[in-house]
Amino acid sequence: MLKFGVVTFPGSNCDEDMIYVLGTVLGQKVESLWHKDRDLKGCDFIVLPGGFSYGDYLRSGAIARFSPIMEEVVKHANKGGYVMGICNGFQILCEAGLVPGALLHNNTQKFICKNVHIKADNNNTLITSAVDTNKALKIPIAHGEGRYYADEATLKSIQDNGQVLFRYCDQNGNITEDSNPNGSILNIAGVTNAGKNVFGMMPHPERAADEHLNNTDGKFLFDSILSLARV
Amino acid sequence: MKFRAEINVMPLKALLDPQGKAVTNSMKNLSLSEITNVRIGKHISLEIDAENKETAKAKTEEACKKLLANQIMESFEFELFEE
Repeated sequence: MLKFGVVTFPGSNCDEDMIYVLGTVLGQKVESLWHKDRDLKGCDFIVLPGGFSYGDYLRSGAIARFSPIMEEVVKHANKGGYVMGICNGFQILCEAGLVPGALLHNNTQKFICKNVHIKADNNNTLITSAVDTNKALKIPIAHGEGRYYADEATLKSIQDNGQVLFRYCDQNGNITEDSNPNGSILNIAGVTNAGKNVFGMMPHPERAADEHLNNTDGKFLFDSILSLARV
Repeated sequence: MKFRAEINVMPLKALLDPQGKAVTNSMKNLSLSEITNVRIGKHISLEIDAENKETAKAKTEEACKKLLANQIMESFEFELFEE
């Protein structure tokens, strides 16, 4: 059985939701990790949750990336260990250079909190393996800095290597400009690294994985992880 | 020796700067439509102890590259002053 570790930074606010989904909804072993820890406590799968770590000072994720625990997270990732960053966690992964690209202010300059639709780009990654690539998943976003950007060379290489995890789309699965909530380049909502063991995405699957919330589209991602991940 | 670095961090020219765009638009409301292309970045000031200006420059550059600017989306430049 996988052991998940959810990191809490000062300003994280989706850590408890993630622990609830992994532990209570999915019945997995979950450990809470503190940003000052230098020990991953034997966790196999590290999650960097959403929130506003260090008040988003300087740039979102820029300060958290130098937390003591991040040294261990980077080592874990470099050894091939699984790491997933949601929202602010994705921003931290970008700042740490664990996934390609950067997240800029939304093109509207507004904080956007609403349900959007995303579509998995392929089934060749751990978190999209059990997701129907024709289905538009309804997953909430809540961010001010979610405009994914990477230079042309990076975009070409991540597309050639199948590193795009999700793209924003309309409810029928069409990837259009209108369905792009924040101006992300090529509607990209999530990416993985070249080794495909580190995953970053802006939408919040943990907010759409409990039947009581009337939306379990986010559960496909967790089902993918649980069906394939091996220690 | 003590030095002071005055650092400017700007969004890369190729990227949309929504803040700058909103401010550019508001110039029209002030009847200052001659003003275009407003771009907004950050100004960072810091003090640094170093043996000489060369070392201070190298340290400031390291700080900019590692933390103060994200070169995927921002550029930086700075001036050093002896305190």
